[in-house]
Amino acid sequence: MTETDHPDSVPPAAAAEAETAPPDADAPGEVLISVADLTKHYGPIRAVDGISFEVRRGDVLGFLGPNGAGKTTAMKMITGFLEPDRGSITVAGIDVAADRLAVSRRIGYLPEDAPAYGEMTVEAFLGFIAEARELEAAEEAIERVLETAHLRSVRGQTIETLSKGYKRRVGLAQALIHDPDVLILDEPTDGLDPNQKAVVQDLISSLSSDRCIVLSTHILDEAERVCNRAVILSEGRILVDSTPEHLVSQAPGHNAVRFRVTEGDAEEVAARLAEAEWCASARVLPGGEVEVEPRDGENRLNDVLAVVGEHRVADVMVREGRLDELFRDVTRGVAA
Amino acid sequence: MSALARRFTGMRAVLRREFRGYFASPLGYIFIVIFLIASGYLMVSRDFGRFLELREANLDALFSYLPWIFVVLVPAVAMRLWAEERRSGTVELLLTLPITLEGSYLGKFLAGWAFLAVSVFLTWPAVFQVARLGDPDWGAIFASYVATLLAAAVLLAIGLLFSALSKNQVVAFILAVAASVGFLLIGVPQTQEFVGKWFGGYVERLVSSLSLLDHFEALTRGLLQLNSLLFFVLFTVGWLVCGMLVLGQTKTN
Repeated sequence: MTETDHPDSVPPAAAAEAETAPPDADAPGEVLISVADLTKHYGPIRAVDGISFEVRRGDVLGFLGPNGAGKTTAMKMITGFLEPDRGSITVAGIDVAADRLAVSRRIGYLPEDAPAYGEMTVEAFLGFIAEARELEAAEEAIERVLETAHLRSVRGQTIETLSKGYKRRVGLAQALIHDPDVLILDEPTDGLDPNQKAVVQDLISSLSSDRCIVLSTHILDEAERVCNRAVILSEGRILVDSTPEHLVSQAPGHNAVRFRVTEGDAEEVAARLAEAEWCASARVLPGGEVEVEPRDGENRLNDVLAVVGEHRVADVMVREGRLDELFRDVTRGVAA
Repeated sequence: MSALARRFTGMRAVLRREFRGYFASPLGYIFIVIFLIASGYLMVSRDFGRFLELREANLDALFSYLPWIFVVLVPAVAMRLWAEERRSGTVELLLTLPITLEGSYLGKFLAGWAFLAVSVFLTWPAVFQVARLGDPDWGAIFASYVATLLAAAVLLAIGLLFSALSKNQVVAFILAVAASVGFLLIGVPQTQEFVGKWFGGYVERLVSSLSLLDHFEALTRGLLQLNSLLFFVLFTVGWLVCGMLVLGQTKTN
């Protein structure tokens, strides 16, 4: 769902009201990021092309897309680092173009590759961020994020001596030091090993309840794990704005049934399945397994078994749709 | 908060971080040692300052060579300040904090300037010696220190501009040295004679009024004249503003 019809800026009164409204677990959270018709060119290249969306408190929005799709550019504009050529962005009711400083106080930002001052110790670096953010209780805030990001053991080490996983967590710690409503994370797990990835993903999941998070990734499993909304970008446009679960159900091969025929002719079984009206395709894979894809994406295991009838089968499994296949289909459609 | 203070939000945090940064790496100490050896050598050398031969209770032998030492050493102080931020990507972090571009720029400038001031004041043994051996003109010594700090400010602002221009510290250093040398050469008599011969007396006077060396000498003689003070302040501010405009363009590449 792409929203294009909301006003360019939230009136101050409405924003104040939203802030003081009592929290309600069932109602959708207040709108924390509102982007309308955002456009940015680099020379003749259109990096971001008229995108619009809203993100609410409680949302974890994943920006998916191939490299160069405009994910990073869009994030840089939301944080105010880049100025858009056209369009408007409000964060927590504040217009980014009008008051970047006020917006920066509401946002925690992890830029791509988590840049940090390598010659500083973790503690000194967080101290600098706390000072720049004019935090009153800087010591407590530093202790809190050292704890949250599991950095206590390396607090006195210089950042350049840390592994990538730790560096990324330092980047997350600095983004969290002022307990912001809005977190913008540009490829928070890129280049990490699987264990480090899991640690960072768990960390992000634990942060999501009472704020809004926008993260970019090209790892689709990650979007499934941590996001409750997925936006697929390609060539600067929003192609899909949905939930990861819905995307999975739309993916080609969702609920495809796979099995091995232990007694009887696999080709014959496949041919019989292909005649069923709910069947999109049935074929014998090179390994000898039969794969049946349903037309409607529903789980058709019982129908499959009914058709198979007297043949003995083994290793039956129902496959989930794979986001990367959908992703390839969708983004290729644009490129073509 | 006034509009002006708002424009320089975050300056203090940047200043403190950068100033400490000079002493967190060997660079700062190496700089100070080289600066003191070079200035001491030029002061007492028979080919340059001839402090011991002249037997005069003044420090002209020290101060008159400082601008030439600065031409090489001030770009070394400045080169890291923006080039490194842009190379490592921390500029994006810095300018998405509640810190303005102007605030961070001025904070870095003041940090570099404060570091140069520390280096310059470590020449105090020379002052101590003249005071012990004779009866120096304290006004002239004070004015010379003011002039030295002002010259350092102008050259630092030039260095900072090139640091904002190039991601590569070495390139920033070389360009800044070249620009600083050019800026100083405007003031040597040969240049002025050349200009006078080809473009006439009016242009010669104009060029001579832009000479850092002439204004520097005027100040070190103990005359804190307004036009010389203004020269340094205006050029420093001018280079700083240029640098901020440059950084506004280059921060995103």
